[in-house]
Amino acid sequence: MKRLINRYPDRTLGAILGALPFILILIVYIMASNARLEENPRDKLLPSITSMTMAVDKLAMQPSKRSGEYLFWADTGSSLTRLGIGIGIAAIIGLVFGIINGAIPYARANLSPFITAISLVPPLAILPVLFIVFGLGELSKVVLIAIGITPFIIRDMQSNVMELPAEQMIKAQTLGASTWLVIIRVILPQVLPRLIGALRLSLGAAWLFLIAAEAIASTDGLGYRIFLVRRYLAMDIILPYVIWITFLSFFTDYLLKTLSERLFPWFHAADK
Amino acid sequence: MAMIEAKNLWKEYGSNVVLEQVNIKVEEGEFITIVGTSGCGKTTFLRMLLGIEQPTRGELLLDGKKFPDEPGEDRGIVFQKYSVFPHLTVLKNTMLAAEFEHAPLLGKLFGSKRKQAESDAREILHSVGLDNAIDRYPHELSGGMQQRLAIAQALMKKPRILLLDEPFGALDPGIRADMHELIQSLWKKTGLTIFMITHDLAEGFYLGTRLWVFDKIRLDAQQVNAYGACVTYDIPVGKTDVKTFDNIDNSLDKTRKVLLD
Repeated sequence: MKRLINRYPDRTLGAILGALPFILILIVYIMASNARLEENPRDKLLPSITSMTMAVDKLAMQPSKRSGEYLFWADTGSSLTRLGIGIGIAAIIGLVFGIINGAIPYARANLSPFITAISLVPPLAILPVLFIVFGLGELSKVVLIAIGITPFIIRDMQSNVMELPAEQMIKAQTLGASTWLVIIRVILPQVLPRLIGALRLSLGAAWLFLIAAEAIASTDGLGYRIFLVRRYLAMDIILPYVIWITFLSFFTDYLLKTLSERLFPWFHAADK
Repeated sequence: MAMIEAKNLWKEYGSNVVLEQVNIKVEEGEFITIVGTSGCGKTTFLRMLLGIEQPTRGELLLDGKKFPDEPGEDRGIVFQKYSVFPHLTVLKNTMLAAEFEHAPLLGKLFGSKRKQAESDAREILHSVGLDNAIDRYPHELSGGMQQRLAIAQALMKKPRILLLDEPFGALDPGIRADMHELIQSLWKKTGLTIFMITHDLAEGFYLGTRLWVFDKIRLDAQQVNAYGACVTYDIPVGKTDVKTFDNIDNSLDKTRKVLLD
């Protein structure tokens, strides 16, 4: 008998094992839901799959009576837009300052302590400030996401730049590169795949800030909807929304990963 | 006037003396191999030639003037590893020098200048035997091929001095012999001045024109860094014999043992 640490499941078994926890939790949920609904058909805590499907159908497939919008898709659209702009801004600022900090000792001496300090400010604690300064519109939500994840991206990019072998920087200089050329031809292309990695890691935090901002001041968005219907204990809406958000998050992560593998084959091949 | 001259050169880090009283003269076109135990300042000396370290005492001169204090295009380098850029193909790695020179803003060439750089790069790649790997990325190359690329990349800039820091240390013996042949023939063709650090004393005995041994003359077993190393042997290659080889080998062994204890 081989040791457990040396035994590997084949593809099919691997897939089954991977799916098992999902199936289990689904079964447990259905059983618990049935048990509660049998006792009290008006129970709201664990709605049946049917009532959840109906709730989603109503929000996603039928226009709202009040605004004529398909709320589910409108919510998804506004949330993803905020998330995309917020992450986009963070990526650009993070990339620029990360590279400057990592490559230029004077910039690092000047900015690094400040960025470390900024990164320790809890973003949610300054949310009221953002609302006061930027108003309750889109801007403050986007700014919250950007403020929340930018310091992490800057610091991650800075350390990525500094981890590039010193030999490469010296080599580039012996080939006649100026500081600028080292940055755009040697550093930038090598940290781009690492930027995508940093964005993937900050997706969770970005969603957190998005939902928090939407919960507090918004008129649409996935986070807004969840917190709105919470007042009516509408678990039949909240649960599908949570699953949808999780799926979106997973899908964005998958997209970024695929994008990185397509654009930077040399990076992922060198990993193996 | 000698091309490179060290006058009573010292390098100390605090109370650690790495090099002491190094006095040497190098003429244009020499091919110098440097051997020595680790910790005897070979790499420190190379780093001074690169411009990333400065002597703490004495002088290091290039054409009679103080050595530049940062790496520059007159001195090419091949390290043991990490000398090539993993995100560029073989051809683009080699074209880089031309792009740096002719496109200071974008770092990329277009049109006829690009074609010119490409054909220059292809020619150099041909001379190091990489014709068949032009479009591959460095991770798809063997160790020997990566070093060939690193050499091609440096040659593209046409430096006056080529510095080689244990360039073949990580290669298999057979491949190493091929690389020796390559570097000898490139040196004959270009008339470069070459400094090559090696671990392998035998390598230093038949490659190039001149062999330097960096070693510590004075050794304090209690405090190995109290005294620095200097050039203990400076012999023309070709005038070496088995006895010299054994002498050097023995003295290096002695130093190695003391340093390791």
